[in-house]
Amino acid sequence: MAIDYQYSNKPDSLSSNELLFRIRKSLLDAFITTLLALAVFGPIVGLELDGYDFQLQLKSLVSILGVIFTGRLVASLFFQTSQGEKLLEKFSRKDTSIRVQPLNQKAANGYWIIALFMLAGLMVPFLASKYWITVIILGMIYVLLGLGLNIVVGLAGLLDLGFVAFYAIGAYGLALGHEYLGLGFWSMLPLAALLAALSGALLGFPVLRMHGDYLAIVTLGFGEIIRLVLNNWTQFTGGPNGVSAPAPTLFGLEFKRRVKEGTPFHEYFGLSYDSAYKFIFIYLILFALVWAVLYINHRLTKMPVGRAWEALREDEIACRSLGLNHVLVKLSAFMTGAAVGGIAGVFFATYQGFVNPTSFTFFESALILAIVVLGGLGSTKGVVIAAFVLTVMPEVLRDFSEYRILMFGLLMVLMMIWRPRGLVRMTRSSFQPPQTVRQAMEGVR
Amino acid sequence: MDLSTLLQQLVNGLALGSVYGLIAIGYTMVYGIIGMINFAHGDVYMISAYVTAIVIALLTFFGIESFPIILLGTLFFTILINSAYGWTIERLAYRPLRQSTRLAPLISAIGVSLVLQNYVQISQGARSQGVPTLMSGSFRLEMAEGFIQVSYTQLLIIVVALLGMALLTWIIQSTRLGRECRATQQDRKMAMILGINTDRVISTVFVIGAAMAALAGTLVTLNYGTFDFYIGFIIGIKAFTAAVLGGIGSLPGAMLGGILLGMSESLFSGMVNTDYKDVFAFSLLVLIMIFRPTGLLGKPEVEKV
Repeated sequence: MAIDYQYSNKPDSLSSNELLFRIRKSLLDAFITTLLALAVFGPIVGLELDGYDFQLQLKSLVSILGVIFTGRLVASLFFQTSQGEKLLEKFSRKDTSIRVQPLNQKAANGYWIIALFMLAGLMVPFLASKYWITVIILGMIYVLLGLGLNIVVGLAGLLDLGFVAFYAIGAYGLALGHEYLGLGFWSMLPLAALLAALSGALLGFPVLRMHGDYLAIVTLGFGEIIRLVLNNWTQFTGGPNGVSAPAPTLFGLEFKRRVKEGTPFHEYFGLSYDSAYKFIFIYLILFALVWAVLYINHRLTKMPVGRAWEALREDEIACRSLGLNHVLVKLSAFMTGAAVGGIAGVFFATYQGFVNPTSFTFFESALILAIVVLGGLGSTKGVVIAAFVLTVMPEVLRDFSEYRILMFGLLMVLMMIWRPRGLVRMTRSSFQPPQTVRQAMEGVR
Repeated sequence: MDLSTLLQQLVNGLALGSVYGLIAIGYTMVYGIIGMINFAHGDVYMISAYVTAIVIALLTFFGIESFPIILLGTLFFTILINSAYGWTIERLAYRPLRQSTRLAPLISAIGVSLVLQNYVQISQGARSQGVPTLMSGSFRLEMAEGFIQVSYTQLLIIVVALLGMALLTWIIQSTRLGRECRATQQDRKMAMILGINTDRVISTVFVIGAAMAALAGTLVTLNYGTFDFYIGFIIGIKAFTAAVLGGIGSLPGAMLGGILLGMSESLFSGMVNTDYKDVFAFSLLVLIMIFRPTGLLGKPEVEKV
C-alpha cells in the first residue's frame, strides 16, 4: 500500500490562507457526499410507498442527510490534521498475517480457565430458568455450526454459502428418520453426521477442483435446492407444515408427562413432572459435545491434515507443487465441516421438537458466516464468543430486532475492511522437530 | 403439448430471459474486471423496482398521465438513482478491499446484500408493493391450433433489452471508455502503468451494471406489477446462472445465457412442474459449474503464480 508522504514534514502551524483552503475543501467534500446521499436515500427513505400513492418521510431523510453532512465534514477536517493523518496511516498499514507463538512459550490459556468454564457451564442448567437454558442451547447450536463452518471457511479457505443445507440434512434426518424408520435421537446422531458428510462429499468432489468463488455459488445453489425440495415435496417432508422430531431419551426413559410404554423419566426418579428436564438433558449432552468438537478441532489444527488445510488456504499453487492432493485435502475439510453441521441440525430438531423449511433459509447461512467472520476466520475462541454474542444479544435487545440484519450486514462489511482476520486473531503454535531429528539435520549441514 | 403452447412458452421465456441477460451483465462485467462475484447485485435490482414504483407515484401525483413520458421519466430516474447506488456500494464496500484476500470482497458483498434488504424493509415496510397497470393489451397470433399471445409489455421488455445491449456493445467496442474497460480487464497493472485510472474504470463498470439492472427492474415492475424487498435474491442467483452459462466475463455470453436460461426455465415450468422451476435453475447452475465452468462463450482461466 503506497502511503502518501507528501505532507509528513510540514510544520504544525498553518498559514491562515491554507487553513481557509482546507476548510473550503472539506465543505465541498461534505456537500458532494450529501448530494450523493440524497440520491441514494432520497427516494427509498424519503418517500414511503403507500399503495399506489406515497407519503413523505422528510424527518428521517433530513436527519440521515444531516448526520452524513456533519460526519463527512468532521472526518474530512480531522484527517487533514496531523493526528488524523497518523490514524489514517495506522489503518492503511494493517497487519493481516497470522501470529505464530514463539518457541518454548506455553499456551497462555491455562487448563484452569478451561476447567472454570466447564464448571460454570455445568452449573447453568441447575441455576438458570428454563428460558435462559433454551437461549443458551440455541447459542451452543450456533457454536457447533460456527465451528463446522470455521473448518471449511476459516481453516481451509473454502467459502461455503450453503452450509445451512447440512444443518437441514441433520435436522430433517432426525425428524424423517423417526417418522419413517422409527430411529431415535441417539441412533440418528451419528447417522446424521455421516449423512451430512456424505452429501458434502457428493457435492464437494466435483466442485472442489475448481475456482474458489465458484464453490461459493454452487454451495449457495445447493442450499437453496435442499430448502426448495423440503418445501415442495409435501408427501415426504410435510412441506411448509414441517414434521415433528423426537426428544432424546436417557437409557430409554422419555421426558414426556405420559408415555405409551414404560415409565417416563420423572416417575422413574420419583420427581414431579417439569418440562424443563428435557431441556436440561439436551443442554448437558450438547455441552459435552461442544467440548468434544472443540477438542477435536484443536487437535486437528495440529495434525498434518489441519496444517494442510491452512497451507492450502494461504497458497494453493505452492501446495500443489509440493505434492499435496488439493482435492482430497479440501474434501476432508468440507466433509468434516458438513458432519459438524449435521450434528448441530439434529440438536436443533430435538430442541424445537419440530422442523420446517423456514429455519433453513439463506439468511441462516449468512448468519453462520457472520459468526465465523466476526470471530476471526480460523480462530476457535473467537467463533465461540461470536456465536454467543450474535445469538444471545438479539434475545437481550428485543427492541432493536428490526435492525438485527442491518447490523449483521454492516458488521460483515466493516470487519472485512478493518480486521479481515476477525476480532480474535488466530494464533498458531510453533513447531520444532524432535531432538534426534534436529541432531540428524545438524549432521547433514 | 402442441406447437402453439410450445411457442407461447418460448416467447414468455424470451421476455424472461432478456431480463436475466440484463442483470447478468452486471455480474459478468464485474467478474471480468476484478474477478469478484458481486453478491449484492440482485439487491441493486430490487432497489430499482422500488424506485420505479416511487417515481411512478410521484409522476402521477404531479398529474402526468401519458404513458411514454411516464416510461421515459421512470427509466431516467431509476437509472440515475441505481447508478448512484452502484457507485456508492463500490466505493464504500469494495474499493477498500482491493489489496485484501480473495474471500474478503465476497463476504463484504454478502454484508451489503443483507444491509440493502433490511434497509428497504425498514424504510418501505415488509409488505409487498405494486404499481398500477399502465399498459395493457397484446398481439394475438392465430395458429392452426390455438394462438400465441404476446403482451405489449413483453414486447417492450424484449425491445428495450436489445436496445440496451446494443448501446452497451457500442460503448464497449467503440468508445474511449470501452477501450479502457477492455484494457483493465485484460491486465489491470499494465493498464495502470499506461495511465488508465483503473479505479475510475472499475467504478464505471459498477455503474454500468447497476444501470442495466435498473433497466431490467423498471421493465419487470411494469410487467408484473408486484414486488417486495426479497425479490433480488432469487433473480440475482438466476442472473448469475445466466452469466455462468454464457461464460462469465463475456458480454454477448451474458445475453445468450440469459435467453437460454429464460427459455429453458419457461419450458420446464410449462411442461414439467412450476413448483420446481427454481430447483431446475439452480440444478442447472450446479451442473454447469461442474461440467463446463467456462460456459458457452467464456475463455478457460489459467492460474498463474
